[in-house]
Amino acid sequence: MTDMDMSNASEKQTDFSASLKKRYAAERRFRAYGLTAIVIAVSILGILLGTISFQGTPAFFQTYVQVDVYFDEAVIDPSGARNEQTLRTANYQALAKRGLYQLFPEVSERREKRTLGKLLSSGAYRPLSTMVLDNPEIIGTTQSVWLVTSDDIDTFNKGQIDRNTVEADRRVKDNEIAWVDVLDAAGRIDMRFNTAFFATGDSREPELAGIWGAVVGSFLTLIVTLSVSFPLGVSAAVYLEEFAPKNRWTDLIEVNINNLAAVPSIVFGLLGLAVFLSFFGMPRSAPLVGGLVLALMTLPTIIIATRAALKAVPPSIREAALGVGASDLQVVTHHVLPLAMPGILTGTIIGMAQALGETAPLLMIGMVAFIVDVPSGVTDPSTVLPVQIYIWADSPERAFVAKTSAAIMVLLGFLITMNAIAVMLRKRFERRW
Amino acid sequence: MSVAEAIKTETPAEKPEQVSHKITGKDVCVYYGDKQALFDVNLDVREKQVTSLIGPSGCGKSTFLRCINRMNDVIDGCRVEGEIKVDGTDIYRSGLDVVELRARVGMVFQKPNPFPKSIYDNIAYGPRIHGQASDSAELDQIVETSLRRAGLWEEVKDRLDNPGTGLSGGQQQRLCIARAIAVNPEVILMDEPCSALDPIATARIEELIDELREKFTIVIVTHSMQQAARVSQRTAFFHMGVVVEEGATSDIFTKPQDGRTLDYITGRFG
Amino acid sequence: MDSSVLIVTILILTLFGYWMGRSRARMLAGTEHLSVLHSLPSYHGSYVALWCGLPALLLVAAWLIFEPSLIEHIVVEAIPGARALEPAQLSLLIADIRNLTSGNIVSREIDPTLAAAGEHYNALQTISHAAMIVLTLAIAVYGLYLARKNQTRGFRARNRVEKIVRIVMVVASTIAILTTVGIILSLIFETLRFFEKVTVTEFLFGLNWSPQTALRAEQVGSSGAFGAVPIFAGTFMITGLAMIVAVPIGLLSAIYMSEYAGPKFRAVAKPMLEVLAGIPTVVYGFFAALTVAPFFRQTGEAAGLMVSSESALAAGMVMGVMIIPFVSSLSDDVMNAVPQSLRDGAYALGATQSETIKQVILPAALPGIVGAVLLATSRAIGETMIVVMAAGLAANLTANPLEAVTTVTVQIVTLLVGDQEFDSAKTLAAFALGLVLFVITLGLNMIALRVVRKYSEKYD
Repeated sequence: MTDMDMSNASEKQTDFSASLKKRYAAERRFRAYGLTAIVIAVSILGILLGTISFQGTPAFFQTYVQVDVYFDEAVIDPSGARNEQTLRTANYQALAKRGLYQLFPEVSERREKRTLGKLLSSGAYRPLSTMVLDNPEIIGTTQSVWLVTSDDIDTFNKGQIDRNTVEADRRVKDNEIAWVDVLDAAGRIDMRFNTAFFATGDSREPELAGIWGAVVGSFLTLIVTLSVSFPLGVSAAVYLEEFAPKNRWTDLIEVNINNLAAVPSIVFGLLGLAVFLSFFGMPRSAPLVGGLVLALMTLPTIIIATRAALKAVPPSIREAALGVGASDLQVVTHHVLPLAMPGILTGTIIGMAQALGETAPLLMIGMVAFIVDVPSGVTDPSTVLPVQIYIWADSPERAFVAKTSAAIMVLLGFLITMNAIAVMLRKRFERRW
Repeated sequence: MSVAEAIKTETPAEKPEQVSHKITGKDVCVYYGDKQALFDVNLDVREKQVTSLIGPSGCGKSTFLRCINRMNDVIDGCRVEGEIKVDGTDIYRSGLDVVELRARVGMVFQKPNPFPKSIYDNIAYGPRIHGQASDSAELDQIVETSLRRAGLWEEVKDRLDNPGTGLSGGQQQRLCIARAIAVNPEVILMDEPCSALDPIATARIEELIDELREKFTIVIVTHSMQQAARVSQRTAFFHMGVVVEEGATSDIFTKPQDGRTLDYITGRFG
Repeated sequence: MDSSVLIVTILILTLFGYWMGRSRARMLAGTEHLSVLHSLPSYHGSYVALWCGLPALLLVAAWLIFEPSLIEHIVVEAIPGARALEPAQLSLLIADIRNLTSGNIVSREIDPTLAAAGEHYNALQTISHAAMIVLTLAIAVYGLYLARKNQTRGFRARNRVEKIVRIVMVVASTIAILTTVGIILSLIFETLRFFEKVTVTEFLFGLNWSPQTALRAEQVGSSGAFGAVPIFAGTFMITGLAMIVAVPIGLLSAIYMSEYAGPKFRAVAKPMLEVLAGIPTVVYGFFAALTVAPFFRQTGEAAGLMVSSESALAAGMVMGVMIIPFVSSLSDDVMNAVPQSLRDGAYALGATQSETIKQVILPAALPGIVGAVLLATSRAIGETMIVVMAAGLAANLTANPLEAVTTVTVQIVTLLVGDQEFDSAKTLAAFALGLVLFVITLGLNMIALRVVRKYSEKYD
């Protein structure tokens, strides 16, 4: 009897361990699913960042060609008066082209000459006028100058156009390749760091287009955003957290703020269009309006972060201050706010990073216009970095792909810096009571 | 309510002695939302004496204490009825500036709560916001006197710039006492000031309280009957939101009038 | 005087007021102790400064906001026949007058009426400007005088200042409400005007969307059709695709993070996932349009499928990637909030970890997870840049994710970007779509927040 019981029990035991094996297999599978999910997500992130930096890095360099330019007085300043206006607007393009033609005396046919001239960017001559304005003495001399090549030559020189494809499918034709080879052999082709990319505004020509205008626009916009949303957000949060009575009205405000945080950004753009542009008649495409729209958008983020930071200040500090006779407001301004400040700043920086990366609402208020000039004030028409990325991404020229990626790298650089500062602040001032 | 009524009649009527009362509480009722925490409390506090409030947890002694400098104002839904007078002025009358009141009635809390600032700034904060020092020399003087009175000067005089939070628990509590007396209040309220401290630090604070009696009227809430017996001249026994018995400390501990007081001091409950 | 100079002047006056109030308070105290004053001198200073600066600055702000429209109104009233103009022509006229006065290029010939209007405009502007300067400065000085008169020893400057600061804070906290009201009002107002031109039923149930209205009235065959069903369908398809990517990956990641991962792994992987949420959407759009869409098209071609280069699939998948952290971090939070005691109970019965997760933790955390998914859905519906750059413009009513579809947000952008005529059905349609978007996302959020809050109360 007992034996039977024993065997019975051991039978059950084996049954159990058989199913256990299966269960452990299921356990391992489940665990693997989770890990796979994370690996997928992280590798997509890797692919995204990888492609963009792969595409974008070449844009930080630009192909230059060395041309001996004769600063011909007859072209620049036939009268010899050295009038600044004349010097500024002289036909330097012709001088630059002439210099290039001299390198290829065998090219004489008109059409071929024109093609040769197109090796140079249409804006390649710009440094020449600066040179003359800086030093009018050089008129009449020949100077060796490095000039920007056109985007096609630049792309070719970077190896992105394969010379072995059929000529008809290639943007750079055989004769152009031949010229480039000759120039290259003569040491007249060089890749240099593209400083213009960081110093100029937008352009229709990819080789001349820069992000400085957009960076300044973004900066001005963020200044407006910060100066509106920080004081408003912090005072709203202080009121709600420290002073507001708990009633229907404050409940409403709370629900409101939480919901506002999740309203699609484009709706804020519609608000900006209808209220700031149509109703108040503010200027289109201006950082002022963009900043206001983004301020309304980041307000909930700042309020929520500030309230969390205020909540983290222990009540004993408030009691202590009240106990020595500080008023409510003194308690907040002398004690609670300074202690909550790192948290508030962290939240604000994160909000600003959000605003910096935001595109959609700014399209609504016309910041998508093609603007060459670098804005000098908050009411000047301008664009911002993400919108510049959007504009370039829409451009058909191949060279803009690299520019777009490069602009994205710059944008991500800013965002990473901001977030790093936020993380640092949090780490540095983290305080546990 | 019948309990309250019954107890009220048992409360000994006030004897018209010739003593000056710094604080008088008359029919004080406190409500937290719908819950009533104090029932018609009548309690007077004599000037320049230590009055201790004792009783089991939740009996309302801390609530009464916090009424005296209106620290209950910050609690949502807290309502005070009745009348509390400090030096004859009703502190709950409309138009009274709580800030002024709290400058006159200082407070020391259960857990030491120095500001996360330097020792100097902890003490100087009160005088600064009340404009009690005309120049920095005077402020230095106030800081030194307060620290001396709190018996902390010798220990910290060389490190006034160090953060107050870096001191030991007992030192922190003495810092808080120094901070309270720096404003030169008339009354100091202490809410179980030693409950977070070790026996040695406690003894130090008790000594200090005894010294401070010279200049200040002190009301102290304590859990420890020994402490009440050691430091106070008058004692009030709170139970379930009412003052059961009030009188000279020696009387309360040797010949209590009320059965509940006897039960409490002999350790039958609480 | 420029208005910025005026503002600076007022600010300087305000500073002066502060200094004056403070020194007067010191004088009031005399040789006695400062505590004879009710409030510290700095509060006296702030009080005077506030009285000096605040009303004046508010007036300047109001002036600058309302001046242009007021002057325009007066000028237009003065032009004979201007009132009979269409709103569009009127706004053009106003723009011309403005351009004329600021020396910009004018779109029409400058006839005497226009020139006169321009001069009128200029004159009014000069007067208004002068009035603004005089008035605001007068108010600033008067405020200063008034405030100074109030100062006595017992004057409760601190209480006054604190009251003003408190009012400012209350006003700040209502900005959030004002924003919502502004959004709702502007959307509803424009939408109502849209429904004057297009019926509600056509908009909500029409199957044909081609918003190109005629530029000239006599142009044929371009009256525009405003049936939004294809747009809604496209939006839901792309959102659906995004959720198909985001929910499994997000949820499984969250499970692994909260239940399996060690603290070290967590410390690395969690921020990595959150980076996905921090990348600007325009970057995802670029990635979708230039990398993912061509990849899908080529893969499709290799498999013999016709994949549009603006396929819903590419946009949806990339959007899904963007949404992953929204699902994962919220789900991670709710799963962490499941009390350890529930886990202990399951382990004590001999359940394996995955059984515990599937049978105990997930059911317990389900409301929170549902909330997270709803929030993520609302995020996906409102997402703009990815679809603008990677999805199509044409409104196809299709169930095939390989074809191009369009979404609500894409249409809003295309209808409003570029040259726009106000008051055309085309522009107004964007606001109607915006209202639909707002209502849907708001609804999803409210439900999600409620669900999450209920859930967190349960385990608090």
